[in-house]
Order: sequence, then structure tokens, then C-alpha cells
Amino acid sequence: MKLLEGAGRRSPPRNGEMPVMMRMTVRMRLPRKNEEEQPIRRKEAKPRTVMRRTVMWGKERRERREEERKEGRRKKTVRVRRVVRRRKRRKMRGSSSDSSSHSDDEEEESLSEGEMARLKEEVEEKKKLIANIRNKPWRMKRRLMHLKEAQTFVDKFEGALGKGKGRKWYAYKVMMTKKWIKFQRDFENFRTACIPWESRIKEVESHFGSSVASYFIFLRWMYGMNLVLFGFTFGLVVIPEVLMGLPYGSVPRKTVPRAEQPTAQDYSVLMDFQGYCKYSVMFYGYYNDQRTIGLLKFRLPLSYLMVGIGTFGYSLMVVIRTMAKNADVGGGDGDEGEFTFSWKMFTSWDYLIGNAETADNKYASITTSFKESIVDEQENQKDENIHLRRFLRVLANFLIICSLGGSGYLIYFVVKRSQEFATRDDLSWYEKNEVEIIMSLLGLLCPPLFETIAELEDYHPRIALKWQLGRIFALFLGNLYTFLFALFDEVNTKLEQEQAIKNSSIWAMKEYYANYSRLVNDSEATPPPMDPADVIRGPCWETAVGIEFVKLTVSDIQVTYLTILIGDFARAVIVRFLNYCWCWDLEAGFPSYGEFDISGNVLGLVFNQGMIWMGAFYAPGLVGINVLRLLSSMYYQCWAVMATNVPHERVFKASKSNNFYMGLLLLILFLSLLPVVYTIMTLPPSFDCGPFSGKAKMFDVIMETIDLDLPAFMGTIFSYAANPGLIIPAVLLMVWFSYKKNRRNNTDSTNQVMKDLEDLLPNRSLIPLAPPPEPEPQAKPTKTKPGSAGKGVNLEKDVALASTNPNTRGPVSRPPGPRGPGSMAGPGGGQGRGRGRGPPLR
Amino acid sequence: MGNKQTIFTDEQLDAYQVRLLHGRYHELAPHLVPMDYTNDPDCKLPLALIVNMPELKENPFRNRIVEAFSEDGAGNLSFNEFVDMFSVLSEMAPRELKAIYAFKIYDFNVDNYLCKEDLEKTLNKLTKEELTPEEVELVCEKTIEEADLDGDNKLSFTDFENMISRAPDFLSTFHIRI
Repeated sequence: MKLLEGAGRRSPPRNGEMPVMMRMTVRMRLPRKNEEEQPIRRKEAKPRTVMRRTVMWGKERRERREEERKEGRRKKTVRVRRVVRRRKRRKMRGSSSDSSSHSDDEEEESLSEGEMARLKEEVEEKKKLIANIRNKPWRMKRRLMHLKEAQTFVDKFEGALGKGKGRKWYAYKVMMTKKWIKFQRDFENFRTACIPWESRIKEVESHFGSSVASYFIFLRWMYGMNLVLFGFTFGLVVIPEVLMGLPYGSVPRKTVPRAEQPTAQDYSVLMDFQGYCKYSVMFYGYYNDQRTIGLLKFRLPLSYLMVGIGTFGYSLMVVIRTMAKNADVGGGDGDEGEFTFSWKMFTSWDYLIGNAETADNKYASITTSFKESIVDEQENQKDENIHLRRFLRVLANFLIICSLGGSGYLIYFVVKRSQEFATRDDLSWYEKNEVEIIMSLLGLLCPPLFETIAELEDYHPRIALKWQLGRIFALFLGNLYTFLFALFDEVNTKLEQEQAIKNSSIWAMKEYYANYSRLVNDSEATPPPMDPADVIRGPCWETAVGIEFVKLTVSDIQVTYLTILIGDFARAVIVRFLNYCWCWDLEAGFPSYGEFDISGNVLGLVFNQGMIWMGAFYAPGLVGINVLRLLSSMYYQCWAVMATNVPHERVFKASKSNNFYMGLLLLILFLSLLPVVYTIMTLPPSFDCGPFSGKAKMFDVIMETIDLDLPAFMGTIFSYAANPGLIIPAVLLMVWFSYKKNRRNNTDSTNQVMKDLEDLLPNRSLIPLAPPPEPEPQAKPTKTKPGSAGKGVNLEKDVALASTNPNTRGPVSRPPGPRGPGSMAGPGGGQGRGRGRGPPLR
Repeated sequence: MGNKQTIFTDEQLDAYQVRLLHGRYHELAPHLVPMDYTNDPDCKLPLALIVNMPELKENPFRNRIVEAFSEDGAGNLSFNEFVDMFSVLSEMAPRELKAIYAFKIYDFNVDNYLCKEDLEKTLNKLTKEELTPEEVELVCEKTIEEADLDGDNKLSFTDFENMISRAPDFLSTFHIRI
């Protein structure tokens, strides 16, 4: 608390062992370590001090004592005298630089190396104390006192160290360091003040608790990451093409074909991302394949590829870094029932609650939770029927696998049908959108179905939750792979078409020239190039893929917003206003107000990000769309939560696996990486659109750059380094390193803590230092019986997204831990049950 | 790119944050609290004023929290202690520090042990006395049984610390944002 030093007080030293002569002026309490050394030093120092008493001022004396008291070597005394004398500018008695002599005759003009080092050490120690003073559990007074001492010392001696050789440079260095620290501090302030939405999130937090707020913190984190990705894409790909590339209409790839021109501006066509939308910077096909563009010779194709790969690299780095940070916050790894009651008693109240209604809810839920645990405890002796339970679990898994298989087949069937439909023209609205509708329905209905089946299994709520999330994830994967399968089919078809079109376009060109020369009757004239709108165009599969992803994202946005509007807002309006004229109490009974479905929303966010990663390579505009989506989501969902949701009634238990959702994000990152990398490596780019047109493979552009732009030897180096045998181990090593780092634990030092606690207590009773705690006391029931848990205990897990890592500099949001499903059979009616938000839908 | 959501930036607890806190402290009692601290005034605010802050108002342990940070044990906080309180309860405070103060807060009779009476009082505050005496008795017994390591039927700081260090949500719940 540096700024409080003006307000702090100095208290008289409590250390009684200080040397007599010093007691009069010293007001510092320094570590008691060197007491046995002091008498010796005192003896040596005394004569000199006495002689100089009249000339030593308070400050000088204090400095000297400071130094004396540092743990160290006896030589210190001599050096101390030297320093003191030097500061007094006494007459020199010699100028030896031998620091080991004890003789009084040693006198130097400048500090020797050893002295300087020692002084530096002391200064460093004091600095460390200043840095750590906040973490010490002392009273404020004591802290301020120490802080002031340490700072005075540092200030004094930073000047002193400057004497001697290079002192000007040292002083300059010190000044620059101070300025730099100040600058850093101001910058940190500025950064903190710039963090967006802080007050909004605080409001949500005080009403709904930390778990709901943690979703918004995660959303904000995603927004930040997407903003950076957007910056890359926009700055390095879109802007150069717009500013330095050819304008619209100049080349075939940038022009709407003649056949489509009449409808190119229609709203419905634009909504489908055809027409003018398709031939814009948003999609891959617009970009030209010139090796360098503009005056600056900007290499656009290379930049495009690098940005595409860099997107993944950056995301990977950020996710792993966040995981590493969050893994530091272990929070203990005890098993389920170890401290049930203790934790309930001491950690169930959420200190963030500032709202009376929320507090009431919390009291109620804590009471319920205690009652449930008591009941469980009392029923603990009941016999379990293992065989029945096993049978039920197997049955449940079988049913779920059946339903997963059923949904997979349904999607496959519908996709096949849509391929048939593609050949027909007279389609009803339903037939046109059948795939999307079916997938949406599956996404909405399957999660609650899984929940219902899972009640057969009778697992502990946390385990049940993990199963549930795993199953939803499997459902999503099914959707995803079906979608990719459909896309891949389309791509292959287009590639086949391309061959045919290539031939026909050459043929058309020849025809055009033949016609032209016939019309003009001048076989020598060079015909003007064909109008770009008339050139026969290839199918451009990359743009088609990009369009698919953009449509998917947009429809996902629409579904999300609609679900909130209808599922939450309309419901709240109905419950509020129809309540006056309805037979039963709508607010307490059936629909009531919705609760915020944290896990559903977080999963949705994670899956959406996966889509973005997959599609960003083919549609650079997609990242921009996502940034806008996240921005509006933040405001919209904050409003929706405050206006239409009620705080959760159920008990929350934080998950221990805080990195669960980050792990999911990482997994999805890899899954998104695969298709893109596959297409870059194996599929040939379209011949007439995009920055890689004309090349055999997309990464040929790198080869080209190495050959043409870089010196020759680098080419050979790269050819060795590009060996997959090197790259894969390198990636694995990197991942391994990041997890190694996570294993480092912070050791608790209970002893010091005990001493400090002692100090803090008003009555100062001595607490005997207890031996290191034994982990397991005697026999105790390890698990409360989960038999009754399924019905009676409605435990839901807190999604602890907010980072509470005290050990890092600026805590990053911790990802959410798994949270219970939206509702289980229990009191209070089915809150949010019908609203299972599944994976993103077409 | 991480998302920093600290309110207290770490070592550089700076003029901005302290001024914010001072603003809050001042508005609790504008006549009593001076704006100028250079002369080191000796001004303490009573318990009753501090527990009415919105951040503390709904907390069942608000009285104990303020008492734990006051030097005289009666809840009168000087500005330093006020800052101390919010600093320990902030996100940045280390776990050990929080554990120490949590222990102090839950120790109602200030004897450095969480004895049965302390636990009963804690439980009653948490449940607003909704549990029957038998249930209270059972819960307190179970708690002591779970956490007591040295077998003296009350929880010393070591026991408490051992138990709380494994609690997954201690850090997230023992947190006040200001």
C-alpha cells in the first residue's frame, strides 16, 4: 500500500533486543535474525560510533544499523564504516580496494565489487519485501511500518550504490527503471479501466451469484480472442485486397455472372449469401491470385495462408495458456464425501450476494442442502442392490446408444434426401429446409431425453453430469460429421464439375474470338477480352464451403436469439401477466420463470467457436460476423438474464475440474483444425477463384515464396524442417511442456501462517504449532448413498468460470466447470427443462 | 489473449483503487471522514455504519467480518482496516490469507478454536434457524468429526486450514467485489 504511507503511522518498535544506543532514534522493527551477531558488531562498532557520534546524523545512523542487521558476514562492519565515512566525505586514509581487510586503515574512494554486491543484495531484499508485503497477513499498521522502512532504505541505497565507477550510469538506470515501473503501473490502471462490461457483470453477479456471472466472463474472454482473430484477418487479408487489389468487376472472379445479375440484389438471394454477397471480400473466391499486389508488393496469397494457419496457432496458444493458468488453482483434489458438512458450513454462502431476494433464495437452498445431507447421512446404512443398479445402468446406456444411433441415421437419411431434392425445382419450404429443421429438433429434444434416461442410472450427480455432457458432445459430433460429410460430397461433385467447366470455358473463349474476328472482318485485330460477367465460371468449391459455414453460423445465431426470446422472455411475460387470471399459480407452479441454463449456453458458445474456426479459412468475413454476434450476445443475454430469469434455487457445488470446458474447447479446436488442414494439404484449389487458383496444392504458395523470395540456403533448411516427423513431435512437446508446468504446486507454509495468526488475534494466545496435518482421520463414510440422491438431492454444480487464482498477476477467467442439467425431477417444477439447448444447428 | 477481470490490480494497488475505496469510506460518514489524510487523522467508523454497505448488507456474517478486521475487536474500522478488509476479500488475496481471516470470522467467541458453539452459531446464521436442534447437533458433530485432526473436539486453525484448502469453492465464495 505504497500510497498510504503518508497516512500510515509509525509505532514504537516492539523488538526489545535492539542495541542501547540505537533505541533512542531507531523506529524500525527489523527481522530478528541476526541477534547473536549484533553484540559482536556492536563491540567493534562502538568506538568508532562514539567518536563520530557528534557528526552522525540520524539518517546515517539508521543506514548503518540497517546494514549491520542484515544477515551476513563480519566483513560488513568494516564496509559499513567505510560507507559511513565515505558518505561523510572524510579525509581519505587510503584507497585500497581490498574488501577483506579488517583494518581501520582501509579507506576507499569507491565501493568495491563485494560491497556493491552486498548492498545490492540488501536492496533487492527490501524490494522483495515491498513486493510481497501485500500477501503478508499482518495488521495494516505493521505493514505500513515495514513498507516505509523498506522504501526509505531502498531510496537511500540506490543512491549509494551509484557512487564509484559507473555511478552516473547506475543512477540513470535506476531512474529509468523507476519511470518504467511507473509507466507500467499507469498502463495497468488504464487497462483495468478499459475492461468492458465490468459493471454489467457485477450486477449480474450480485443478483445471480458467481456461477451465472462466470458464463458472461467466459463470453467476454471469447469476445477478446475473436477480436484478435478478426484483427489479424481484417488487417492482413481483407484490407490489402480491398485497398491494393483489383476492384469489383474487373476480373471474372470478382463479378457476378451474367446469368445471376438480374437477381443479384434481391433480399432473399442476399440472405442466402448468393448474389453480391458471394462475390465480395467475405468469401474465399473473391481474392486474386497475383503473387504480389500494389506498390508495397504485398504477397496476398502467402498472407492468406499464413493468417489461416496463424488463426489456429494463436487460438491454440491462448487456450493452452488459459488452461495452464487455471490448472494452478487446484483447490484440492479430495474425494466426494470427505468434507461434506464442513464445506457446506464454511463455503456455501456466496459473499458476492448483495440482493435481498437472492439472499433469501440462498438461505433456502442452504437449508435444503443441509436437510438433504442429513437425510443421506441417516440413510447411509441401507443395503444397496448392486445387481439391479448395474442392470439399470447397462439398460440406460443401451437406450442412449440406440437414440444416438437413431439420430445419426435420421440425419444421414435426411441429408441423402436433400441431395435428391437438389435436383428438383419445385420444393416446398419444408423440403428446402428439411435438414436444418430435423437437426434443430434433434438438438432441442435429445438432451432432455438423455437426462430422463439417465435417471435410471442412479449416479452421483457429478458423475451423471459428466455422462450427460459426454452424450451431448457425442450428439454434436454426430451432427458435425454428418454436416462435414454432406459438405465433402458437395466438394467432390464440384471438383468433378470443374474439369468439365475448364474445358468448356476454353472452348467458349475460342468461340468468342472466332466470332469476334468474323464480325469485325479483320483477322489481324486483337479482340478485347471477354466481359468478366460472361466468362464461364468454375464451381468454386471453397466459396461454397464458406457459404455453408456462414449460413450455419447465422442460423445458429437466429436459433439462439429466438430461443431466448420465446423460451425466456415470452414465458416470463406469460407467467407474469396471465397469472392474474389463471387457475393455478403460474409463478410457483408449472412454467414459472426460467433459470439461466449455464452449461447449455457454454456448450453452445464452445461449439459455435468450433464452427468459426472451421469456416474462417474459407470465409474471412465469418470472424467479423462472430465478433458482432458475441458483442450483441453480451448485451442481449445480460438484459435477458436480468429481466426474465430467476436465481437458481438449487444447491450449487463447484466442480473440481475447472478446466473441463477449456479442455472441450481445445478438443474442438483440434477437430476444427483437421478438416481445414486436410483440405489445404490434399484438395486442389479451384482453377479460377481464390488466392491459390492455378496451383496444384494450396501450400505451394509457400514453396514458391521460399524459392523466389528467400535466399537459397533457407530453401534447403525448410525442406528439412517441414518433415512431418519433426513437426508432430514438436507439437506434442509443446503440449507436454504446458502440462508439466501445471504440475508445479504452491507449497503452503503453515508455520509462518501460524505466527501471523497469533499476531493478529487480539488476545495474543499462543497457538502451538501443529504437526503437518494427517490426510485421513479415522473411519468415516466415504460416499453418501446415491440411492436417495437421485430423487431427493437436487445438487447442481456451480460453473466456476471466474478465475479466482490469487497467485497470478491478472487472473484470467477460469472456464466453467460442469453444471447440472437444467432440471431434475424435484420440487419447484420443471425449470428450464424443455429448453435443453443442444448443439448449434443448421 | 486473456481477459483480465481484476478490480484490484496486483502489486500496483494504486491511487485509483485507493481513491475509490476512500470514496466509499467517506460516503459512509461524510462528516466524520476527512478527505485529507496527510496529517494522519485518527478516525474510525463504527460497526453499524459499515455493515450497512450494500456489499455486506445481506451477508449473515457481516458483523463478524467487520469485527475480525478491526483492531479493537468491536468493529470500529479505521480507513486502513477498511482497505485491509476489502483487500483480503478481493480476488487477489492468496488462499492462506483468506483462510486465516475466514477462521477469525467464524470464531465467534474469539478463543482461536472453532468449538461447537461457534459451529452452531454459524449454522444458525446460515439457515436462519430453520433446522431443528437435533439436526443442528448432528451437523456440528459431523463437521467436527470430518475436520478435527487432533481429536480435541474443536477445530484449531490447522484443522480448519487443512479442510478449507481442499474446498473447491472456497475462493470463489469468499470473495467480495467492490
